[in-house]
Amino acid sequence: MLLLMGIFISLSLGRYSNDPSKVLNVFLSRLGMNVPVDPAMDSIVFNVRLPRVLASVMIGAMLSLAGAVYQSVFRNPLVSPDLLGVSSGAAVGASAAILLGAGLATRQIFAFAGGILAVFITSLVPRLLRNRSNMMLVLSGIIVGGFLSSVLAIMKFMAEEQTELASIVYWQLGSLATILGRELWAILPVFLVCSTLLLLLSWRINILSFGDLEARTLGVNLRQVRTIVIICASLLTASAVSISGTIGWVGLVIPHLSRLIVGSDNTRSMPLTILVGAIFMLLIDTLARTVTSVEIPLSILTGFVGAPLYALLLYKQRTRLE
Amino acid sequence: MDSLLQVKDLGFSYDGSRQIFRDINFEVLAGEIVCLLGPNGIGKTTLLNCLARLREPLQGSVLLNGQDMASLPPRSVARVIGYVPQTLLPSFDFTVLEYVVTGNAPWLDTFEKPGPEHYLLAEAALEQMEISHLAQKPYTRISTGELQQVSISRAIAQQARLILMDEPTAHLDYGNQLKVLRLIKDLSARGYAVVLTTHNPDQVLLLDSKTAVIDHHSIFHFGPWQEILTEELLSDMYGVPLRLIKVEGINRMVSVAPGL
Repeated sequence: MLLLMGIFISLSLGRYSNDPSKVLNVFLSRLGMNVPVDPAMDSIVFNVRLPRVLASVMIGAMLSLAGAVYQSVFRNPLVSPDLLGVSSGAAVGASAAILLGAGLATRQIFAFAGGILAVFITSLVPRLLRNRSNMMLVLSGIIVGGFLSSVLAIMKFMAEEQTELASIVYWQLGSLATILGRELWAILPVFLVCSTLLLLLSWRINILSFGDLEARTLGVNLRQVRTIVIICASLLTASAVSISGTIGWVGLVIPHLSRLIVGSDNTRSMPLTILVGAIFMLLIDTLARTVTSVEIPLSILTGFVGAPLYALLLYKQRTRLE
Repeated sequence: MDSLLQVKDLGFSYDGSRQIFRDINFEVLAGEIVCLLGPNGIGKTTLLNCLARLREPLQGSVLLNGQDMASLPPRSVARVIGYVPQTLLPSFDFTVLEYVVTGNAPWLDTFEKPGPEHYLLAEAALEQMEISHLAQKPYTRISTGELQQVSISRAIAQQARLILMDEPTAHLDYGNQLKVLRLIKDLSARGYAVVLTTHNPDQVLLLDSKTAVIDHHSIFHFGPWQEILTEELLSDMYGVPLRLIKVEGINRMVSVAPGL
């Protein structure tokens, strides 16, 4: 309910007009009712605001869910979905596309491919070293992430300062300003399939969070479940990041908040994380496009809102952390 | 009585060259307690982990109800064998009930979630351990002794018939150590077989159980404690003089050091 109300309010806000009744009329007329419609409003709602609002909802849900899953699988509530290098890989991919002078669509494809490739390389290292423990995977993620940061730094160093460098920096701060309906359709299947799978596995994810030894003695096919779960979470992150650029804090803070509300059992906290993440991102993106006359990059706002929120959560949990 | 677990010519090595133990043969019957004794680093926990199929043996095999465990799916093994680790390392504050209900995992499909009947099983397990009052508490905020009981409850919810315990008394104060031994005795009386590792030979005498010993020459001994434990074996194994003495008044044998 809160989410639907939020969507409607957000649809009503914008530079063209802030009249909710006009927005309501636009919807009613599309449903076949005979009401007075402002044609410009119709176009703005359906071509500009709706894709953007839906994108923010979906991206918030995806990043938060991925964060919740990563935290459980790696048994660490401080982990965010870029632990295995998704974000740095996507940043390198996007920057490569920018340096090649490619268009927006290519940039997104490059970002997605970069993110997935980074996770793939990360997962390859433990296999080569024949030590498939979680710790090895995390260390491998640090290695790959660190290496990619340097690659990114080289790209920034070589970039044309006024145009390319600005684009890279702007991409890294995240934005939904240029979102189109087409992009929504591209990530929707990933969102649906991966979230469904993860929600179905939410109880097994509880068991993964107990650690390898316990999971194995409970007869869980550890490698299989963990692989599915990590792939889904990484796909979610890579798809989200590919159309919005990197957005910090969401994947870290929202799962925390949800666990505080309904407890650690993922069968309850994961659905809530999806919902809260969606509402949070909707709020952030609405602020980003309405507060000032220029677009504010999303990571700036998520940092401003997310960091104090995280501090507040830690304050509430202070007695539990010993 | 039926044989639950049979260990045949079991040998293990971490790196394929240095043998941790070899030629281990014994069986565990339903309702029986077996204490694994041995000096530090001799491979007690490793042996226990081989029984839980957490480790692949280098030689030999472990038969579960007559079937080679290596050929069974993990789920089938987990339906018979429960494992109580030395310590639980909680990273999220699940409630005790949420934790214990995961014992149902081997009985559920991968995409299945526990239903009311599974929560009932978990509650029944807590009741058996007499810790129903902890059900809604976060398992990060209970004492080490209670955590040990929670861990055993989960093995009961798992409907395991054999419970493996890795040094169940290691992190407990003396009172809680004795309580856990009492629990183990009760479990055995209810038909559960229990295999545990311990550093304290007197616990074997208290449990009045069978014992499996890997001595410091890596030679394996197995049988009722009366046939296996001698002052020579114990003194040799731990490298200090130890006595086995019958104490009048409590009418049992104790294993004690004569002095320092």
